[in-house]
Amino acid sequence: MPVERQLSAEDLLLEVRDLHVHFPLDEGTVKAVAGVDFDVYRNRTLCVVGESGCGKSVSAQSILQLVDRPGRIVQGQIRFHRHDADGSVTVTDLAALRSSSRALRAIRGRHIGMVFQEPNTSLSPIHTVGNQISEVIRLHLGEDEEAARRRGIEMLERVGIARPAQNYDAYTFELSGGMRQRVMIAMALVCSPALLIADEPTTALDVTTQAQIMSLLQELQADFGMGVMLITHDLGVVAEMADDVVVMYLGQVAEYGDVDRIFHAPAHPYTKALLRSIPNLDFDQDIRLDSIRGMVPDPFHRPAGCPFGPRCDEVIEGRCEAENPPAFSLGEGGSVRCLHYEEVALS
Amino acid sequence: MTARAMESDRQEAINVATQWQLMWWRFRKHRLAMTSLVIVILIYLVALLAEFLAPFTPDEFQADYTYAPPQRLHLFLETENGLRFQPWVYGYKVEIEEEALRRVFVPDEEVIHEIGFFVSGVPVTLLGFLETDRHLVGPKDPEAPMFLFGADKLGRDMLTRMIYGTRISMSIGLVGVALSLILGILLGGLSGFLGGQVDNIIQRVIEFIRSVPTIPLWMGLAAALPTDWPPLRIYFGITVILSFIGWTELARVIRGRFLALRTEDFVIAAHLDGVGQMRIILHHMVPSFLSHIIAALTLAIPNMILAETSLSFLGLGLRPPIVSWGVLLQEAQNIRTVATAPWLFSTGGAVFIAILALNFVGDGLRDAADPYAR
Amino acid sequence: MSSTNGTLLSVRNLSMFYPMRAGFLQGHRGEVRAVDDVSFDIQAGETLGLVGESGCGKTTTGRCILRVVAPTAGELWYHPREGESVDLARLDTGGLLPWRQEIRMIFQDPFASLNPRLPVLEIVGECLKVNRGLRGSALEERVAELLGMVGLRPEYMRRYPHAFSGGERQRIGIARALALNPRLVVADEAVSALDVSVRSQTLNLLQDLQNEMQLTYLFISHDLSVIRYVCNRVAVMYVGKLVELADTRSLFLTPQHPYTEALLSSVPKPDPRVRSQRIVLEGDVPDPSQPPSGCHFHPRCRYAVDRCAEETPPLRETADGHHVACHLADEIELVGIHG
Repeated sequence: MPVERQLSAEDLLLEVRDLHVHFPLDEGTVKAVAGVDFDVYRNRTLCVVGESGCGKSVSAQSILQLVDRPGRIVQGQIRFHRHDADGSVTVTDLAALRSSSRALRAIRGRHIGMVFQEPNTSLSPIHTVGNQISEVIRLHLGEDEEAARRRGIEMLERVGIARPAQNYDAYTFELSGGMRQRVMIAMALVCSPALLIADEPTTALDVTTQAQIMSLLQELQADFGMGVMLITHDLGVVAEMADDVVVMYLGQVAEYGDVDRIFHAPAHPYTKALLRSIPNLDFDQDIRLDSIRGMVPDPFHRPAGCPFGPRCDEVIEGRCEAENPPAFSLGEGGSVRCLHYEEVALS
Repeated sequence: MTARAMESDRQEAINVATQWQLMWWRFRKHRLAMTSLVIVILIYLVALLAEFLAPFTPDEFQADYTYAPPQRLHLFLETENGLRFQPWVYGYKVEIEEEALRRVFVPDEEVIHEIGFFVSGVPVTLLGFLETDRHLVGPKDPEAPMFLFGADKLGRDMLTRMIYGTRISMSIGLVGVALSLILGILLGGLSGFLGGQVDNIIQRVIEFIRSVPTIPLWMGLAAALPTDWPPLRIYFGITVILSFIGWTELARVIRGRFLALRTEDFVIAAHLDGVGQMRIILHHMVPSFLSHIIAALTLAIPNMILAETSLSFLGLGLRPPIVSWGVLLQEAQNIRTVATAPWLFSTGGAVFIAILALNFVGDGLRDAADPYAR
Repeated sequence: MSSTNGTLLSVRNLSMFYPMRAGFLQGHRGEVRAVDDVSFDIQAGETLGLVGESGCGKTTTGRCILRVVAPTAGELWYHPREGESVDLARLDTGGLLPWRQEIRMIFQDPFASLNPRLPVLEIVGECLKVNRGLRGSALEERVAELLGMVGLRPEYMRRYPHAFSGGERQRIGIARALALNPRLVVADEAVSALDVSVRSQTLNLLQDLQNEMQLTYLFISHDLSVIRYVCNRVAVMYVGKLVELADTRSLFLTPQHPYTEALLSSVPKPDPRVRSQRIVLEGDVPDPSQPPSGCHFHPRCRYAVDRCAEETPPLRETADGHHVACHLADEIELVGIHG
């Protein structure tokens, strides 16, 4: 049953418009993100899905200006809507801020939380869980040691860590992978941010642990009402978690729409092919998998015209090689970058 | 050829490039390392061709010119036909300084000594077989004084001695490092490949050697060398002493590589392919760390040079009549020199440049050593 | 044992314990029971899946079969086309040589498993040189043929691994595994490192090659949807033990071990309309150096009774070809993927 779209401007948290992130390297410039638009709303989950090198992680990192050197935002806006308690809304363009600026540091961790793929490398091994959580609390909420400890333990309990008071004083290497990811989530959410960015939060985990973490994220979202931006390569995770989906290919949004439409009426040939190529658990599907021919081109040799053109089965001769299609609206907020939808959009 | 075809040719060249080509391409981008590489090559050329490049021989002296200061080199000579390219220097004249009543050399502006290229001088043997009396530069009149870097207490030309010193100082680094390399590969390889008790023993020995303070150890060992040994044997004695400590570092690097490589998938794959133990080591493991070893070696050479210099400076290493940078610096080691003949320290500049250049080359090699790093 | 029943490899009571040493004197501090008394057969021509979470011992089982490591205990009876069966567990490097040509491996990491310093010709051709003595143009011809089989252009044999993408490198790894016309191929997470679109190409390739060359696969993976797609039978492992072994269909539709049930329900289904009723397991996978008493799964099992904590359930056959190690297999009704 298609989810009824009730997106109102008051719930808008983040608007990304025409974002370009480039990596000037010796071998040439890598256009990791080449014109990306999407919105994140309160209480909704946006999944950004794509294969490695499609720019999904870089898009997420650029929101908080955490892109690795030498990558930098060369164009576009990232408008963050801060909803204050008194109902007023402040809009800040994060792309215009400097990475080390005070304004951006005040937003990181306070209004936008982030969870990374590798809990091992994102947590400090020489500080206790408590040190790391209380630092966030004291920095952003200005609470004293004692209050920070209470709040930290409360948060650990909330993310399902057994014996929270004991584990608050544990070192992160004493915890299992799943527990560490819970600690990461606790740290990201302890200041009740309006937006949580989770970059492949379950990729390094086993399926049963992944199921735990996904359930936890859903529960926490129901409680806190934050917007979630989830980066993943796993279409199964997308189907389970997403309200809206962005399908990325070679730094561009191939298709954007609500999850039900993406899975049941995909528009872009890439989305269709991607869905056909995943093995399903059902036994009624064809025994042979469809696959996309060729491979993702290397970033220094982007094809002219539509980036998916060389691998696409529905190429319009003479046009797809020449034009990189703009995003055509599919109605209900959905859009697709494919010339096949030119007329649909016009009519 | 179209741009696209050229591009695809370039790509194909990268596709089939060996490890060494990839390393070279990456090294080439490192400007400082490239410049330094040129300097290092020049320094070794100097060492190789010392007899030809130096204006004199290291033991040639002119007793009238003890502690003569460096002369200023003039490139153009004014003649009746106008200015022409002809390097020259003024002669010296001696004045008595009034306060100290000592002899000082001042340029004699009446006398001009012309300097020529490929002038004939003392006969020397170049590269061990070429008999020649030609020198790259020298005074056209063999009797004329030419001390571009000054003269020492016996009136020997510092420039000549520095050039000859390059040979010993730069080669002691190479020979020392070669010895360390043999010991390091052998013991480090055994340690990493066999593991177990062998590894345990070798590692403890390394720890023991490294825990002894270096300078006293060197001093002790150097003092043990018989004083009546000929200079050449002393030279080898010192290299052995230097490499006695140098190998430990390399052995550790090699052991670490072996340990890491033993469990690499591609080594296991070779093992499952039925490839023999020896071939796995030589064909798969050694090439994987050879580039790292070369980088480590390049960085070890300056240490060896410095060690030789310090030992000789302390009077424990090489001794005259051997000419090395350390020996030259040792001669400058007294208060009179510091006050009146600072040019004797010019060798320090040579040491400085050589060490710096070698270090930069080593840095560049280290950065380029793993072209497959992701 | 003979090969008349079509069994290619019989694994009997295989165990692999790693000693844990610690401290200056390298004292013995117990052991990690990576694989603990595991038995199963691999039939000629089938694809047997080995599935489980990280640390369950599936990779170690594969490595024992290939004798990358020497198992602590147990037998590995390999049944050759002709002649007597051999126990691979008892052979030394020399004795293994002929069998290593018939049992080959595909690695998980397409980057680490190819020596970056050798051209493809050397990588694929090395086993041909060593075992068949092929040289020069004969070697090149065979390598070209192999590259063609895995869908790569023969002229790529001059290139080095850095010229290839992950999917292409994996094809090179497959070509190397197939060079000696093996009978059994152990594929350890062979597609886990690949992207969705490349993964399906590689899976299709593996199936085509199986049909062409009558290969038998031991397919080790943590990904149940891939297992479902390629395997005829599936073995599920949990903390070093085999907990369930059945043909794929009956395992996925009617699992009999509570762990299998939880595993199946945890897999995210790529359809937003069937957002699953996940069984979320409590706690973590136990440490294999200190596994729980009795059934290793009992602390996390929602059906567990007192007996589960005391007695280790043996692997027993409950239906035709369906083996399960659970005391309650006959009493509880478990839900498969359609439930």
